[in-house]
Amino acid sequence: MTGDIGLHHYLLVGAVDSSLKVGETVPDIGLNHYLLVGALLFVCGVVCMATKRNAIGVLMGVELVLNGATVNFVAFAHFNPTFMIEGQVFALFVIVMAAAEAAIALAIVLNFYNNHTTVDVDSAEELKG
Amino acid sequence: MTLHAFLFYSTALLTALCAITMVLTENIVRAAAWLLFTLAGVSGLFFLLGAEFVGATQLLVYVGGTLVLVVFGVMLTAQGPFITMRTSAAEWAVSAAVGLLFFGMLAVALGSKPMSFDEAKKKPPTPGDSLTTTSVLGQSLLGVTEATPRSNITGVTPPASTAPASASGDIAAPFQRERKQIGYLLPFEIVSVHLLVVLIGAAYLARAKRRRGVDA
Repeated sequence: MTGDIGLHHYLLVGAVDSSLKVGETVPDIGLNHYLLVGALLFVCGVVCMATKRNAIGVLMGVELVLNGATVNFVAFAHFNPTFMIEGQVFALFVIVMAAAEAAIALAIVLNFYNNHTTVDVDSAEELKG
Repeated sequence: MTLHAFLFYSTALLTALCAITMVLTENIVRAAAWLLFTLAGVSGLFFLLGAEFVGATQLLVYVGGTLVLVVFGVMLTAQGPFITMRTSAAEWAVSAAVGLLFFGMLAVALGSKPMSFDEAKKKPPTPGDSLTTTSVLGQSLLGVTEATPRSNITGVTPPASTAPASASGDIAAPFQRERKQIGYLLPFEIVSVHLLVVLIGAAYLARAKRRRGVDA
């Protein structure tokens, strides 16, 4: 059965083994590397949501935030041996939710554009007290 | 540098640079293009993590579906002044400061406590001996495979002697035994109904309105 150990298995064992040694000179890719990428995506999404004035730009920021969270899910599922596929299942659900959210948000944005002929989020102030 | 490290660094660099450029660009059409490359890079990360099905789904649903939807929204609303909407310098300064602080906090939190799972050294996860990850995923979504978490979120492996239900008076024991058979069938059904609701809702929200005054 050792013959059909795939690339995935090899990568997994190699990554986990060397990430456990503390004093190693050449650290291999571990969990923290992926979490850092996820954190960067999340922060980029938050900044994008805060700075974009176009409503669709805000929507793109939301997509970035969701992707950062998904990277974390899959990375934890890969590096934590007690999880089998839970992280991947959650990643799939996040992707489905993102698709649904994008559809609804775009419908709302198009409706707003039809009514106000603008997509500037600063001009949506009818509910301001 | 191993092949895995090289692939990871190149993919992560592509993803991060495209994400940062997407935030910095003023043009909404270019932002959509940068978002495309970012999502493709994230799917590459999924492939590197051994989640082939999630990576393929990311490419198909996200890059092929959601992003096309966003691009359609951009095209439908791209009227002169809305393509490039400038943000004031003060807002940029505040947002950049908050973003850098946030990222610094996350990075410090990552570096402070190295997360290492000792069990991984002895027993690497083998989700099914002969099954690939994709078939395990599909079977768990249909409730065939036992796929409930074996431990809490803490990541501590429970003792192996959990199987014999010693407590005969334990009421929850049969439910726990049944719960192992379910997998992710219920969330799958909920998501299916949710997608149907979203389909109807989006069609209702985006429909062409018939003006009453024009007809009558």
